[in-house]
Amino acid sequence: MAFEVTINEDRHSIDVDGDTPLLWVLRDVLGMTGTKFGCGMALCGACTVHINGEAVRSCITSIDSIGDAKVTTIEAIGKTPAGQKIQAAWLDREVPQCGYCQSGQIMSASALLASNPRPTDSDIDDAMSGNVCRCGTYVRIREAIKQAAQSGG
Amino acid sequence: MALAHIDITQGDLSRRGFLRVGATVSGGLLLSLSLSFASRESEAASSDNFEPNAFIRIGGDGQIVLTMPYVEMGQGTYTSIPMLIAEELEVGLNQVRLEHAPPNEKLYVNPLLGVQATGNSNAIRGAWEPLRKAGATARTMLIAAAAKRWSVDPSSCRVQNGEVHHQASGRSLGYGALAADAARMPVPENVTLKKPADFKLIGTPAKRLDTPAKINGTAVYGIDIRPPGVKIATLAQSPVFGGRVKRVDDTAAKAINGVRQIVQLDDAVAVVADHMGAAKKGLAALKIEWDDGPHANLSTSDIARELESATTKPGAVAQTIGDADKAMAGAATKLEAVYQAPFLAHATMEPMNCTVYFRKDECEIWIGSQAVARVQAMAAKAAGLPPEKVMVHNQLIGGGFGRRLEADGAVRAVEIAKQVDGPVKVVWTREEDIQHDAYRPYWFDRISAGLDEQGRPIAWNHRFAGSSVIARWLPPGFANGLDPDSTEGAIDLVYDLPNFHVEYARVEPPGITTGFWRSVGPSHNVFVTESFIDEMAAVAKQDAVAYRRALLGKSPRAKAVLDLAAEKAGWGQALPKGSGRGVSLQFVFGSYMAQVAEVEVSKEGAVRVRRVVCAMDCGTVVNPNTVQAQIQSGINFGVTAALYGEITLKNGRVEQANFDTYQMLRMNEAPAIEVHVVGSSEPPGGMGETGTSAIVPAIANAVYAATGKRLRKMPIDPALLKQA
Repeated sequence: MAFEVTINEDRHSIDVDGDTPLLWVLRDVLGMTGTKFGCGMALCGACTVHINGEAVRSCITSIDSIGDAKVTTIEAIGKTPAGQKIQAAWLDREVPQCGYCQSGQIMSASALLASNPRPTDSDIDDAMSGNVCRCGTYVRIREAIKQAAQSGG
Repeated sequence: MALAHIDITQGDLSRRGFLRVGATVSGGLLLSLSLSFASRESEAASSDNFEPNAFIRIGGDGQIVLTMPYVEMGQGTYTSIPMLIAEELEVGLNQVRLEHAPPNEKLYVNPLLGVQATGNSNAIRGAWEPLRKAGATARTMLIAAAAKRWSVDPSSCRVQNGEVHHQASGRSLGYGALAADAARMPVPENVTLKKPADFKLIGTPAKRLDTPAKINGTAVYGIDIRPPGVKIATLAQSPVFGGRVKRVDDTAAKAINGVRQIVQLDDAVAVVADHMGAAKKGLAALKIEWDDGPHANLSTSDIARELESATTKPGAVAQTIGDADKAMAGAATKLEAVYQAPFLAHATMEPMNCTVYFRKDECEIWIGSQAVARVQAMAAKAAGLPPEKVMVHNQLIGGGFGRRLEADGAVRAVEIAKQVDGPVKVVWTREEDIQHDAYRPYWFDRISAGLDEQGRPIAWNHRFAGSSVIARWLPPGFANGLDPDSTEGAIDLVYDLPNFHVEYARVEPPGITTGFWRSVGPSHNVFVTESFIDEMAAVAKQDAVAYRRALLGKSPRAKAVLDLAAEKAGWGQALPKGSGRGVSLQFVFGSYMAQVAEVEVSKEGAVRVRRVVCAMDCGTVVNPNTVQAQIQSGINFGVTAALYGEITLKNGRVEQANFDTYQMLRMNEAPAIEVHVVGSSEPPGGMGETGTSAIVPAIANAVYAATGKRLRKMPIDPALLKQA
């Protein structure tokens, strides 16, 4: 059946089974490939998007659960104040290596910063430990979040 | 293809035999390099069989384009390689563009691996001399062209910012305007390379060229490829290696909305669908009956037993110095131990995937590969086509670590695509990715040492058994029972060991494919040798750093990194109860490294790595920013392995499946890491893998310092450390 969803402020009508994870709607139906597949079980965070500003794992979020909520993906996170700061810090600190997990890292970090402008180390641990980085960029992720938090606002 | 429009209209071969200079059809300057010749100049070939494998083009617009055989997989090679050229040409890094090389084993051979591949930490090591020489050659010829045009002495000209300047007359010309003339200048016999003191780019922290696309979702990895009309497939391969499909009931799968086709292979079944959601649902709905084949009862303990037994018999001698047996007989103290290191999966964040469009007489492939020529060759075989009919489009790699040196994913995708009308993207689930990897070999090591009355080592005997990845992957590399990877880190140690004997026994685990895994041979050898040196220091009742230091008479660079790491880590200073420091020292991949790990062990036996201090001498640092990042990365990769990494088999099946059972280090567990680089003007060493091999023994030694318990088997078993 068809579902109406709002992604990055655009309305889309999508004809898939209701239990189809949002991840595959984004990547395979809409061609928005910035959101990544890592595990399919909410264990790695590569697929993180925002639903009404909150970080969620799109690989276990079924399309029929979204309703009128607003979905934001990596492609549009730079339009939010927190996302913009996070991306600038990521660029400045040169966080990515292979880069594959970084969409998810940036989405989790942006949600953290939007709700908590001055996160402590322990806040960062809590918000970011669901996002795996196999290249082990954790040192720079932490530095970049702190830098973004200090960049005003 | 990047090279299709290049036509060498004239050429002049440098007498040194690694470089050819000519013109492009569009009037630019073209330098063709043969890296293998340059790295082994004694074998420099004559002009009639010159086979270049790297190209530098300077176009009429002044843009410099570099085509190289190496791929970017997060290690920063696409930034550090252009730095070498830009340095000698006196241009900014933004004036050099790097292109992916198309697959051609003959052209793009990696000078240190002997095949077209990116691995073994050697991109910078192989490119260091020849790329700078090529840049200097181009610079000399551009100056000559300008000097001729102005009728001045070339020595009165200099280059800056992509222009040749004649100071006396105030004239200047850009490289673009000079490129065509430069191509007609004689190739200089000898060129002067810039002195390290004059480097403007090399050694400065350059911004990576691939970062912007990796923070906004626009970077395209293999898994992101979407040719028009592409279908998505996912698959189940025989859960037992060597098993076969007996029967498939696909009625329920076919009824799922979005499922288009079920493809059955000998040893796998794939579901082709409109999207991965439907494909996964279809896969779950399949009822597959497997014939498990000959390995149905295989377990890890069987493999370990076989390896253990191999270490009781002589192996191939990898290195022998003096007479270890005789010295052992006269030793005041003897110690012996066995060590074990498990199978490991790569678990790249981007699961295995490959997109194939199979047409009647040709085949197109999109994949992120560390070895694109291998993909082409093996895919061609699977497709039943000549290699030139298989086009491979290489993409960004979402983690390699050795996994993407293999072509099994491409072969699978071709097998499936042959039965599908139109392009199909085959995406493995994480479970398939973990359970059908080419695993880091399981290793079993038996090692003994004899000490004199002062505790100094006078005998060292080490014998180990495990799979040779080289023997499968690059058969000519395995000879006389040995290969250079399996033994790296076990031989040519930095220490003065007067009577030293090392043997290796190749034992292949039945049915299991082994593969290169970040830090390869040293991933287990350094764990064993650096843990055992620690055991020797403990038996001699000496400090672990001081004991090592006394054995480094012939290795001043090793001593320097050991001293620096110890100093920065506060070696010897008191730590709280339950905490400890451990040290490791190695010379592998052409770089010296020492690490000090600080760990905390809970009453329940849980190990937390708090802090790692690393000192390294990797020769000349091309991009310090990348070196720091790669060391941090390698260390976290090794911490993951030490704490969690283990693939086990039961009833022929891999027991781990996803990140819940094959755990990764996370933000809240990641150590603070300090990297200190010792300045050096030696040629660059590798650094993509060194951090991984050094951290594992440093952790094990730190746990010993904290608890008095010696860990001889990885990963760490908290039950062994639990306080009674």
